[in-house]
Amino acid sequence: MKLLKLLTLALALSGLTLSLPVAARAEPLRLELTDGIIEPLPFAVPAFQAENSGAAELAQNIARVVASDLAGTGLFREIPASAFISNVTNFDSPLQYADWRAINAQALITGAVSTGAGGRITVKFRVFDVVSGAPLGEGLQFGGSVASWRRIAHKVSDVVYSRITGESGYFDSRVAFVSETGPKNARRKRLAIMDYDGANVQYLTESNAIVLAPRFSPTGDRVLYTSYETGFPRIYLLDVASVGRRVLDDQDGTMTFAPRFSPDGRTVVFSLSRGGNTDLYRMNADGSGQQRLTSAPSIETAPSFSPDGQYIVFESDRSGSPQLYIMPATGGEARRISFGPGRYGTPVWSPRGDMVAFTKQNRGRFHIGVMRTDGSEERLLTASFLDEGPSWSPNGRVIMFTRESQGAEGQPALYSIDISGRNLRRVATPQAGSDPAWGPLQN
Amino acid sequence: MRYLMKALLLVGVLGTASACTNPGRFDTSGAGGAGMVPGSASDPTSPAYFEQTVGDRVLFAVDQSTLSAEAVALLEMQATWLMDNPAFTAVIEGHADEQGTREYNLALGARRASSVQNFLIERGVAPNRLKTVSYGKERPLEICSAESCYAQNRRAVTVLSAGMPTS
Repeated sequence: MKLLKLLTLALALSGLTLSLPVAARAEPLRLELTDGIIEPLPFAVPAFQAENSGAAELAQNIARVVASDLAGTGLFREIPASAFISNVTNFDSPLQYADWRAINAQALITGAVSTGAGGRITVKFRVFDVVSGAPLGEGLQFGGSVASWRRIAHKVSDVVYSRITGESGYFDSRVAFVSETGPKNARRKRLAIMDYDGANVQYLTESNAIVLAPRFSPTGDRVLYTSYETGFPRIYLLDVASVGRRVLDDQDGTMTFAPRFSPDGRTVVFSLSRGGNTDLYRMNADGSGQQRLTSAPSIETAPSFSPDGQYIVFESDRSGSPQLYIMPATGGEARRISFGPGRYGTPVWSPRGDMVAFTKQNRGRFHIGVMRTDGSEERLLTASFLDEGPSWSPNGRVIMFTRESQGAEGQPALYSIDISGRNLRRVATPQAGSDPAWGPLQN
Repeated sequence: MRYLMKALLLVGVLGTASACTNPGRFDTSGAGGAGMVPGSASDPTSPAYFEQTVGDRVLFAVDQSTLSAEAVALLEMQATWLMDNPAFTAVIEGHADEQGTREYNLALGARRASSVQNFLIERGVAPNRLKTVSYGKERPLEICSAESCYAQNRRAVTVLSAGMPTS
């Protein structure tokens, strides 16, 4: 089935709109993300104006990051500067709409950057609907430290994305992941964090213990992960700002892994293995108040909360092969939702609550897929030797995952794909990378 | 031989055994020689002997944690050795091949390690001498992406440590 949504461009019809007052212009530029074929919306980002000489390089770089954010979605296509008929030389001068219409730009983003005392920058920007010849929303400005210029650029992109699509963006967000070096039988793993686009990588742990599968808290300030620091897999909670960490559960004779926060950040659901049997448990985010959720001889793992915190989707092999189930967040009867051929794992509830992303293994291939929470409308988005571990973008539009290449020299890397199944992209990391966890939009 | 010396040093000096990644049990060249060197593979009370002559690992079928007849035969010998050499404890490491998700493979490795642990306890090894850990698919022994390697990676390895149980 066709997933992708399409962007229908609703253009203002000139005859009608001209007769109306400006304020009543009924149909502004809008890219609707609905089913259909996507024709990326052409946009132009002329170089941002530097309002003082110290801002020249930043103005250039910020405009490039905005263009790269938008084009990276696959929903927009940048018109290169070489095609421009006129340029924007003053942020406040009226636009020559005809010149932008002539090169088929439908959206235009202009901006100006100034630097001030104390290493501050201010970025002003406007979005224009070229076809209707009008601004799309008010001009805005963001300020911050020079060091945060990429974040400011991402915030501009989020505003542009949201004005054109009507949905929130995901550019000012971070991704926690596992950075990997060394051969396949002696991998060294470190927890790392970076901007969603791979910039500003920071390492959070040393490589002396295996670390697995980080998961952000809902506000992005803490990360849960699994580490072999004690020689046994244990769940740790790490404070991103201080990089301080502590073990949440350390009972002799058990292993704990696959942790995930509840939407309110107060509860952690996870897997605990004892005597070879793995079940689901929950505990408070400080490690107290542990409660068992499942009691079956089968494997229960990879739990993920619904956005309202009422349900947990998880993986179990109680039927004989790994499949997906949903149960109340306090335990109780589980309902199976996966029924296709193959094995299903690592379900993750979408931020909008309507879908579950998963890993599927069938006939020797791995897929990242999505289905409705009742198991209907299953769609496989990827296929490769080994894809696993989907993580949703904050707006539920994109999924990041691990793709590992085959063979003795095989390496994991991070990839992202639009939930339409289009726009598969590798996310650059300095070394091999795995287990991405996409955090929330930052404040 | 160099590997062996390194392993002995580790056990003797540090009093601990690291995870052995050498499929040494298929190499019996060091065992059964005329001159027995204490601590070497020719010393039946040594961890090297356990690894190489008794055999420190058993293999599993795809997705399975049940013990094959071959595994049972080997574990009988492990149990006997452990009963004869009470000055050692063991951590049983469960492993999976790379086909499968990280989380499921951790749980599967736990099942495999536990199968071995339960067998050894049934045969009389004191439970407090045996711990288990799962590495899932994190520590393959063989690195090719083919069944010949996967078969070696679906394993449970009994890794000895010198010293009496602490609990």
